[in-house]
Formats: sequence, structure tokens, C-alpha cells
Amino acid sequence: MRSLALWEVVNLIPTKEAWDVALKERHGEELQEKFSAATVAICGLGGLGSNIAVSLARAGIGKLILIDFDHVDISNLHRQQYKADQIGIYKTEALCENLKEVAPYVVIETHTVRITEDSAVELLKDADIICEAFDGAEAKAMLTNLVLEVMPKKYLVAASGMAGLGSANTIKTRKVTNKFYLCGDEVSDVKDGIGLVSSRVMLCAAHQAHIVLRILAEEYEV
Amino acid sequence: MVKINGEKLDVAGKTIAEYLATTKYDPKRIAVERNGDIVPKAQYPDTVLEDGDSVEVVSFVGGG
Repeated sequence: MRSLALWEVVNLIPTKEAWDVALKERHGEELQEKFSAATVAICGLGGLGSNIAVSLARAGIGKLILIDFDHVDISNLHRQQYKADQIGIYKTEALCENLKEVAPYVVIETHTVRITEDSAVELLKDADIICEAFDGAEAKAMLTNLVLEVMPKKYLVAASGMAGLGSANTIKTRKVTNKFYLCGDEVSDVKDGIGLVSSRVMLCAAHQAHIVLRILAEEYEV
Repeated sequence: MVKINGEKLDVAGKTIAEYLATTKYDPKRIAVERNGDIVPKAQYPDTVLEDGDSVEVVSFVGGG
């Protein structure tokens, strides 16, 4: 198939007004306005983060802040929302392209950096809700403690325990404090067994995306 | 008694740091909630557990 010129692509895409009408018909005007007004940060764009981003972009979240320092690797493609021809490019850049294909009017801010205790406050300052979507347990704990200690007004949705081929039904969302939700089975470590399996990681990511939408809808119980 | 992760333990009077030292938790992989609030890591050595406290240690595992 020949590649399309920019104007042809633009012509094929519904207008922003049509997009907004469709989302409001789907979610109701009041709820969609809450989604559109929200800024959600996603820290880590792997199996959790890339899937959270797709769910939230499709749901009509107004702005996503996407943060990851890494490139797309062939070992990512079995569970992450990237394509074969994106291997080698930054995940921030690849995910931004893919999200714009499914939800062209979502506002996206990308930061191709490693989040540290020193940089987190500035990177996350505009977010209403922060999704922890890292791979490493120490990084998960670092961000969780940092957000809850230093940014106590923000909501944190973290994840722990989604590796392996265990039951889908053990992945849960739990409210730990008024601002801290934790998704996963809390025990399945990536270092045990067969590692990460696409469907179970996506389940956990869906739990995270779903509680984000519930918080925005002011439904705070899990 | 102090309730920690649902279990009643006789640790009132100990600090959070002292309690954690008796466990297998990796201090770099945890967050500690006490009576609904997160306890800043720097305050583990100064936070004394009191009778009736409800504490939860969230211990992260890898994968994402």
C-alpha cells in the first residue's frame, strides 16, 4: 500500500468536535468532562505503562505525561503496546505515535529520562493522578514513598505482583490509604517462574487504568 | 497490641525501624502505612508503635 500524504491522513480522521461528541455519548457529558480535564502521569512505559496509556487515551483522558528512559526492544513486544518496526526507538516516542493513531486529540507530554528522587517532583507537578508502572521493586517503592511523602495531594496507583501464568482472578485493586491504591496479586515476582505473560500484565494494567477512571468519577472505593 | 498486616503483635513501644529489623522485609522495597497515613522513611527510627495502632507494610515485588 502506498503511504498517505499528511493531508489525506488528516482528512480521514474525525474532527475534535466529532470525537468529543462520541465520547460524551459514550460516557455521559458530566463524566467525560471530568476525564477531559484530567492529567495523568505514567511512570514507566513497559507492560503496565503502555497498556495503561492505551486504556486512558481511548477513554478520553485530557492529558497524559509519559515518562521512560528506555528504547523498544524485541523482548518487549510480547506484552507491550509497540510494533515490530519500532524496535530501537525511544518508548516515549513510539507510544506517542501509537496513541495518536487511536486517540488523535489526547494531549501528550513526554520525558525521556529516568525518574529519580530529585527529578520526580518537577516531572509530576501537573499530574492529578500518578501511575507507578516500573519493573523493579526498588524503583516501585522509591516512587511510592516519594509521591505519598512529598506530594500528599496527588493520588498514586501502583502495581505489585503480576508475573507468571497464575489465575487471572488473583489480580486485585486494593486501597491502602486515601491516596494510595495498589493493583496486582502482591506476590508473583518476575524473578520466579516464567516471567511476565502478556494477558496477566494487561489485567494488572487494566486494574490501574480502571481505578484512575473511578477516582476521576469520584468513586473512591475499589 | 499492634495490628501489623492483619496480625496482632506485641510490639508496642518499639520503633518502626526496630520492628522492621526483626523481619525479613527488604527496607528498599517497602512502604509503611500507619493508621491511614504513609510513614516517611526518615521517620522509621523515631516513630514509636503504640497500643492499638494499625500498621501495614507494603512489600513490592518486581515486574511491570
